[in-house]
Amino acid sequence: MKKIALQNLPKLFSAISESKALYLPVDTESGAEFRLYREGDTLSEACNTNRSAKDFFFPQVEDMAEFKVEGKKIEVLDIRRESEEFVIFGARACDVKSFEILDSVFLADPVDTYYKNRREHVTVISLACNFPEETCFCSTFGIDAASPAGDVAAWIIDEELYMTALTEKGEAFLSAHAALLSDADESKVDKKKEEIAEICHRLPLQNLPVEHFKAEKLMEHFNDPKWAELSQSCIGCGTCTFVCPTCQCFDIRDFDTGNGIQRYRCWDSCMYSDFTQMAAAQPRLTQLERFRQRFMHKLVYHPANHEGTYGCVGCGRCLAKCPISMNIAKVIKEIGGEK
Amino acid sequence: MMQKEALLPEIGVITDIRIDTPDVKTFRVVTPDGKKPFLHVPGQCAMLSIPGVGEALFSITSSPTNTEFLEFSIKKCGCVTSFLHSIEPGQYVTIRGPYGNGFPVESAFLGKDLLFVAGGIGLAPLRSVINYCRHYRDKYGKIDIVYGSRSMQDLVDYREIIDEWCKEEGINVHLTIDREQPEWSGHVGFVPNFVKELGFDTGKTAVLCGPPIMIKFTLAGLQEIGFQKDQIYTTLEMRMKCGIGKCGRCNLGDKFICKDGPVFRFDQLEELPDEY
Repeated sequence: MKKIALQNLPKLFSAISESKALYLPVDTESGAEFRLYREGDTLSEACNTNRSAKDFFFPQVEDMAEFKVEGKKIEVLDIRRESEEFVIFGARACDVKSFEILDSVFLADPVDTYYKNRREHVTVISLACNFPEETCFCSTFGIDAASPAGDVAAWIIDEELYMTALTEKGEAFLSAHAALLSDADESKVDKKKEEIAEICHRLPLQNLPVEHFKAEKLMEHFNDPKWAELSQSCIGCGTCTFVCPTCQCFDIRDFDTGNGIQRYRCWDSCMYSDFTQMAAAQPRLTQLERFRQRFMHKLVYHPANHEGTYGCVGCGRCLAKCPISMNIAKVIKEIGGEK
Repeated sequence: MMQKEALLPEIGVITDIRIDTPDVKTFRVVTPDGKKPFLHVPGQCAMLSIPGVGEALFSITSSPTNTEFLEFSIKKCGCVTSFLHSIEPGQYVTIRGPYGNGFPVESAFLGKDLLFVAGGIGLAPLRSVINYCRHYRDKYGKIDIVYGSRSMQDLVDYREIIDEWCKEEGINVHLTIDREQPEWSGHVGFVPNFVKELGFDTGKTAVLCGPPIMIKFTLAGLQEIGFQKDQIYTTLEMRMKCGIGKCGRCNLGDKFICKDGPVFRFDQLEELPDEY
């Protein structure tokens, strides 16, 4: 266990950013967001950023290839470049868990090299949540806000930041910055973990009845009549999918630059009718089907394919951002059985 | 050099375009050095694209036993297909694949009497498996093919059906069109009724492909005459972008049509939402 006084954090940030790109949550006019570190930036105290940390590996828009077209001929240009080494400092336990869920999709055979390239070059410094919020329900999915995963886990206790390495990359990080760190004992961290557990225990959504969702009951859940009422007010804006750290559906499109064709991918949403619209058919005709697809995917289909791991980390972003206040917590309670 | 990326396509050259029907053309694709782009099993698909127009998934209609090229029978109905219908031989396209599971030609189909039922462009994925079974004739029992379309002019692969399939021993071809035509002396009527009229031996393995309405009534008809759902296969179509189970579009229950399908047995489909 290592520690550094909070007042010395700027020194640590400068040291990190000398050799690697450093991203950390900073307060902006519209709330906390991950941003490339600039001299003078301070770590946001917000529980979570507006946008999730998935952008680091799966950006909202990303160029995939270029094509040169001349008459009937086409040339494919591979525009992929090796990613630079970078550090994410201050990701919360929920976001760190989301990387694992994204990995299970993008790193599955055949591997997505765009994603893998960034994923391999990151060092994740996670930060325990001192003040989990009412919208948080990570413990529903077995995530411990007090003991985040990552390469290094960190805790802010009084005026100090405590850090412990969880991986080889994490150890390399701590030894690279050893000059700024001093040895610490774990007792204060243990006490902090208890305090956080105590707060989590009192949060309203900490133990949603998610265990009622079972792969073998797939069709029973699918045919639940409650989807009609739950989906009634959904306006299909897709906000939930965009702020979600685990939503990974994408579109692939071409853009004519005037000097060739750029093929890019961008986030897409199963909440949009266009998502499954074909020239001659539309398998999900109404918002009911689209709404149901999103939650069935996270709570039933994804776990069925990934040894029971749900496609939700309980970060609460969709609860905070949904314009009609519908959310996965309500869905879990209604379909999962608790009234 | 970075690791190979599945979403980065290769170049294909269209060497031949056959006009099949007023709205279906069959495109022959090879690599720029004249070779077959890749190996596949019957029922698998490939992503074709014209950069700037779009990329779309098509079933490979040529048989794996064809060592020279891949063929795609494509109906003009959207952006990419309309563009493909406007091109001439020599045009480059991009191609990636093969995707999907394909038909169980080397397992469940072995030794079985096979009944293929297709409607319209639904013959495209079945042509691959039919020609594969014709090539390895000893591996399979009797073959029946029921194929129907709106009119005689809308029957895809008509010349191949008449000149090759109809002349082969052990293969029975039953053609039908929706409405009477002066030059047509064959059967007139919809595919599902025709299948029931023909009344097949229930020991056969059936494969259906065509418009949803045809599938629905043919399935019901086959069940009426005694077929079980686990004897009947179909191949599904859904919007796809990646073809490798990541973009999320073709998710159906715990399956992705692009990688777990497109071929399913009806008893398997019963366990899945009917959103296809």
